[in-house]
Parts: sequence; structure tokens; C-alpha cells
Amino acid sequence: MSFDVDLKIDRGEMPIALSFTAPAGLTALFGPSGAGKTSVLDCVSGLLRPARGRIVVAETVLFDSAAGIDLPPERRACGYVFQDGRLFPHRSVRDNLLFGWRLAPPERRWMALDEAVAFLGIGHLLARMPRTLSGGEAQRVAIGRALLSGPRFLLMDEPLSSLDAARREEIMAVIERVRDELRLPILYVSHDRAEVERLAGTVVPVGN
Amino acid sequence: MLSHAEWGIVVLSLQVSAVAILIALPLAFAIAWLLARTRFPGRILLDALVHLPLVLPPVVTGWLLLLAFGANGPAGRFMAEAFGVTFMFRWTGAALAAAIMALPLMVRAMRLSIEAVDRRLEGAARTLGAGPWRTFFAITLPLTLPGILAALVLGFARSIGEFGATITFVSNIPGETQTLPLAIYAALQVPGGETDVARLATISVLLSLAALVASEWLARRGGKGGHVL
Repeated sequence: MSFDVDLKIDRGEMPIALSFTAPAGLTALFGPSGAGKTSVLDCVSGLLRPARGRIVVAETVLFDSAAGIDLPPERRACGYVFQDGRLFPHRSVRDNLLFGWRLAPPERRWMALDEAVAFLGIGHLLARMPRTLSGGEAQRVAIGRALLSGPRFLLMDEPLSSLDAARREEIMAVIERVRDELRLPILYVSHDRAEVERLAGTVVPVGN
Repeated sequence: MLSHAEWGIVVLSLQVSAVAILIALPLAFAIAWLLARTRFPGRILLDALVHLPLVLPPVVTGWLLLLAFGANGPAGRFMAEAFGVTFMFRWTGAALAAAIMALPLMVRAMRLSIEAVDRRLEGAARTLGAGPWRTFFAITLPLTLPGILAALVLGFARSIGEFGATITFVSNIPGETQTLPLAIYAALQVPGGETDVARLATISVLLSLAALVASEWLARRGGKGGHVL
């Protein structure tokens, strides 16, 4: 199993309890806004600590409250593509792309800058600063930054939500290529049924 | 242009202010960080204590410094025994007074910029493999740089203009504690000293202007095209 997740998150009046296993490929967490899908991704990335549970990705235990295991985010090797890109505003596109690459141990760098740039078609953006990018450009750079950090799996939080129809199609094609050519396990959050039907091999309903 | 005595006053003022903001900078950053990022019992008390020099009459701050750092004050005795540093009637005392007076302004400027840092960017850096310290130096610190520069400018301006606490704490000794404002005050007490006052006041204006221009230049070189103040 690529993902083996069982967790409880305390969130005031709306605690989240979710349990699922998923094979390789793209797994979609599908549900309405506010159901806590992003909180689940944050728990898998290590940015949020679940009240209790167990998170195993590709045979590596990332979190296990019973065993007292809680790897910090920097040791989980996840490529997290955020809804809003979250590019570092004070660094150029090139330095954003290389941020995780430089920190990754050499044996984990399975992609080089040239490959990522060609794969995503962002060669002309390298010298630009993030604030000058369009939404679609920023999201491609964000995907590149995640891939270059040498991740063992990807987390994607509604990466299409801030884009117009043409850009959505473009990024959707990129995500399909990541899924099929790079064969990374992907945990994907969305509230859009069409998107999920097209991309996901496994669908996990969240909320309701 | 400037007389020997005037040069001495300018150099002493710059020395006092530079030492003051260099002492205050790390302390102010640490306090700003505590106030912006942490919750602990006594936080409101710390906040009030830091801001005290801003609202107290400077002469009271000077008198309190005299009590604490004077020859018989507990802090003064400790500093003399541990580091061999004395403050009474010394330029070091003028720097200490200026540092204390500049501290609240510097804390405010840095606290605002620390609070303005999008913490989700720090989370993104963590997921990309950066530990807490690397995240601090690669993301948080560069993003707070405008606030640190603003703090330096405000702190420098406050230090170079410090009068009340300084004259109370270390008196007005030419060549030792007589900074620009104190020299202007002394010249005002002398019959026929108007020319000296005008010259010293002009120097004071030019120094402050130079500090502002320098900070703008630094901010632009920082590549953000932003303003410090």
C-alpha cells in the first residue's frame, strides 16, 4: 500500500476521524470545503500533529502516536504542492526550485533542475521573482519545487482551484504526467467531481 | 569646516549611537520574537516594561539607570566586577542610556515585521527539507529584514538625539559624555554662544538626513524596492 492512514484530528467543534488505505497512483481526498481535507494533508506532511493515529507512506512510518513516532516535516520527504503556491517571495524562481534540491541528500535527488524545467516548460521563468508570475506559472513552479526536493510521495492541495479553465487543463496534464511517468504516489485534495474522476485511481470521501 | 572640538563631538555622538544600537539590536530582536511568536505568563509585563522608557520622562529613566548602574547599584557593581565595565560619567553610560531609550522603538519595528511574516512559508520550507534553524535563516530572517533596517534607523535617530536620560545618568562632560544634543545645550548656556549652537544644530540635521538616505539606499539594495519607514 502506498498510503496507510488512520488519524483523529481535534479541531474544536469539528473533529476529524479518517481511515483509509490506498495503492500506488493518485488518491483523491474528495469532499466539500471545510471538511478538513487540508488538515489531513498537513498531518501527513508533519505540519499538523493529529490527536492520535498512524500514518504510513510507502512502507515508512511517519507518525504513530502509540509508538511515539512523529517525524518532523523536513525528514518526511514529501513534496507538498499548496493551494496558493507558497513560493518564497524573496527568492527568484530558480532559487525557489533549488531550495529543496540543495537540502536533499544527493542519493535522493532523482530529478535535475534541467529535467524539471523541461518537464514543466518553465525555462523562461528562471530569473523572474514569484510576484511577477501568473497563477498558472506559479503553480508549475510550485510543482517543480516539490519534485526537485527528491520526494518519495506528493501531496497536492487543490492545485487547480486558483486557475482559469485553460490553465486548469494545462496543469491537469502536468499532474497526469507526474502520475504516469514519474510513478510517485500522490495524495490529492479536491472538491471538484470532474477533476477527481479524471485524475484519481482511488477516491476517499471526506465529510458527510 | 569643523573645528577640532566639533569633530570630537560628532565622533563621540556616532560612537555612542553605534554602540547603543549594536547592544540593543540582538536584545530587541529577541524581545520582539518573544512578543510576536510566543505565549508565556508575564508576557504583558515584559511588553509594558520594554515600553516604559517610551512613556516615562527621560529624566526618570536616567535616575533609574543611576540607581541600577551607578557605582553602588547592583547592576553597576556586577558589570564592574564581571567585565570591568563602568558607566558612571563615562561614554559607555551614554551608550547604555541611548540603548535603553532606543529599545522600545526597535522592538516595535521588528515585532511588526516578524508578525507580518507568513508562517505558511516557514511550513513550506520545512516540507522541503529545512530544519527549524535553516528555516529561520533562509526564510524568516530575510523576510523581516525591512523591519530590522527600520529598527536600526529609528534606534540610531533616537540614540543620536538622546538628551534627558543621558545628562541625568552620566552628566555633561566634554570629550567623555557630551554628545551633540548635550553640546548644543551647553552652548545655549554660554552668553554669545548662538553661532556655536547654529553650527552644532546644522551638523545634527545633516547627520539625521544622512542616516535616512543611507537606510533608503540599503532598503533598495535589499532588492525589494521598499521603504524602511
